[in-house]
Amino acid sequence: MSGSQLVHPARERAVAILGGDPDDATLRRYLHGIPGVDAVGLEQRAAGLGSRSIKTTSKQWALDKIIELIDLTTLEGADTPGKVRSLVAKALRPDPADATTPRVAAVCVYGDMVPHAVEALGAAHGDPDDGLVSVAAVATAFPSGRSSLAIKLQDTADAVAAGADEIDMVIDRGAFLAGRYGQVFDEIAQVKEACARPDGTSASLKVILETGELNTYDNVRRASWLAILAGGDFIKTSTGKVQPAATLPVTLLMLEVVRDWHRLTGQRIGVKPAGGIRSSKDAIKYLVTVAETVGEEWLQPHLFRYGASSLLNDVLMQRRKTTSGHYSGPDYLTID
Amino acid sequence: MSRLAVPKTYKLAIGGKFPRSESGRTYEVRTADGSFLANAAKASRKDARDAVVAARAAVKGWSGATAYNRGQVLYRIAELLEGRRAQFADEIVALEGVTRAAATAQVDEAIDRWVWYAGWADKFAQVAGNANPVAGPFFNISVPEPTGVVAIIAPQDSSLVGLVSAVAPALVAGNAVVVVASEAYPLPAISLAEVLATSDVPGGVVNTLTGSPAEIAPWLASHEDVNALDLVGAGALDWVDLEIAAADTLKRVLRPEQGADAAAPSLDRITAFTETKTVWHTKSMI
Repeated sequence: MSGSQLVHPARERAVAILGGDPDDATLRRYLHGIPGVDAVGLEQRAAGLGSRSIKTTSKQWALDKIIELIDLTTLEGADTPGKVRSLVAKALRPDPADATTPRVAAVCVYGDMVPHAVEALGAAHGDPDDGLVSVAAVATAFPSGRSSLAIKLQDTADAVAAGADEIDMVIDRGAFLAGRYGQVFDEIAQVKEACARPDGTSASLKVILETGELNTYDNVRRASWLAILAGGDFIKTSTGKVQPAATLPVTLLMLEVVRDWHRLTGQRIGVKPAGGIRSSKDAIKYLVTVAETVGEEWLQPHLFRYGASSLLNDVLMQRRKTTSGHYSGPDYLTID
Repeated sequence: MSRLAVPKTYKLAIGGKFPRSESGRTYEVRTADGSFLANAAKASRKDARDAVVAARAAVKGWSGATAYNRGQVLYRIAELLEGRRAQFADEIVALEGVTRAAATAQVDEAIDRWVWYAGWADKFAQVAGNANPVAGPFFNISVPEPTGVVAIIAPQDSSLVGLVSAVAPALVAGNAVVVVASEAYPLPAISLAEVLATSDVPGGVVNTLTGSPAEIAPWLASHEDVNALDLVGAGALDWVDLEIAAADTLKRVLRPEQGADAAAPSLDRITAFTETKTVWHTKSMI
């Protein structure tokens, strides 16, 4: 495997943690040595966190924070440059009637749409920490991941060369479920290499686990560890193309892995629930879960994101309700 | 052996389901002589919000059905009401303290009005619409289209006839309805919702709230996703304020009506919640 020739800090650390080269046997020994998930306890904990009452000024803060953490997404076969331009316009000015509305963190598009997103963003393209908007691209034969490694790497390199700041890759769920952990590890590590830019910097890598296809919480926990060991900067629940997509228990579980990894290594990994989060009410449950699991410092664009398209309009409606005092309606927001 | 009676829980009707109030509140419904009759859900502003969301989702399907189909569905409701005459009469006797004959007469009147409005479903467009004469080789046709989501404050002094007289005409054109029932006489409104749930009306087309109109009406009047407001039963409220709030979002508003003739059957009540669309079409194909 070409992966064994790579020398990368993440790989060296993985070797140290695993106690050997990241091949199938070593990874299997490590991942299956992780304690199993108490499913009932996890779901009860998630349900408990979802029952907090967030009102008035806390709610206003939460709504603005949610907007700042959104990856505004369009991942349709029917996407056009025009659709991407209107998405970017919405990302820059979510509510044209209210200039105090923050910008979203990033726009998330297919790789071939990256140049259009970059062009539409213009000077506003950059780090969300600076009040700018990043461009995230899905790559590696999204959403199924069923293509050769060479194509996946080329897909990634193309998106980075076109100006993508973040790459959302999918893991090979077939290989993961078949126990070929070494293959999944190598793919992630090599895609991470492909994220490198000529100037020595690197695009941020989000690893999509597609939890809806992993079947068990134990698998989600193992896949999370695997993705982080292999060098992912973010772990992301879903493509949004498979049901169930993001759920609160699964996100809580992934946050717990991130918390444990931080205790182990001091490194902060991001989490991105994606798909199925459509209401402000649901999104606020995720905010609470993040704050209670890994801490409030994770509530920033480099460590937590929502992958969403219809969520933004609901948040804007709630935001208008808090500022105007009466209920708003979808007629007063853009259709996207 | 004596039998333990099973009292009925009267809940709200939102989106084809029967939830309790989000607030968890209930209020006591009393008979005409003041004794306890039942607990009814006391809807909050959030129930009103949920009802509007359900109504909005239902507009497309209901307004998209053919006028003939809407007429059939509405007529079927009258058929179901006919089978439940005794239940409605019992509730009216208990609530309003009228004689059984008067209660039965009210039920019959309600059913008759429903049938009358059902008949208009595929006919009112012929009366309210028009083929306009124009100075050019075009057909110019005006057709009434439903306004959208209609919020109704039902007449407060009549339990069933008032409710039917306000709800039925809004449904004829294809609107979806959020209705706040009579505060003192809410039981027939929920029973009517049960009839609607077992008929062919899609869930969300009629959403019934019980509780205080004074509390709920301002939220509906200012709600940006409500297209029209029927204040027929809002005479005792600050209805001028409601009308002002409704003006902010350019709602169509019907003002309160009092007395026995309130919401009397008329074509005007149907066309009040329609918008006239005029289209030009070339004659060159002839």
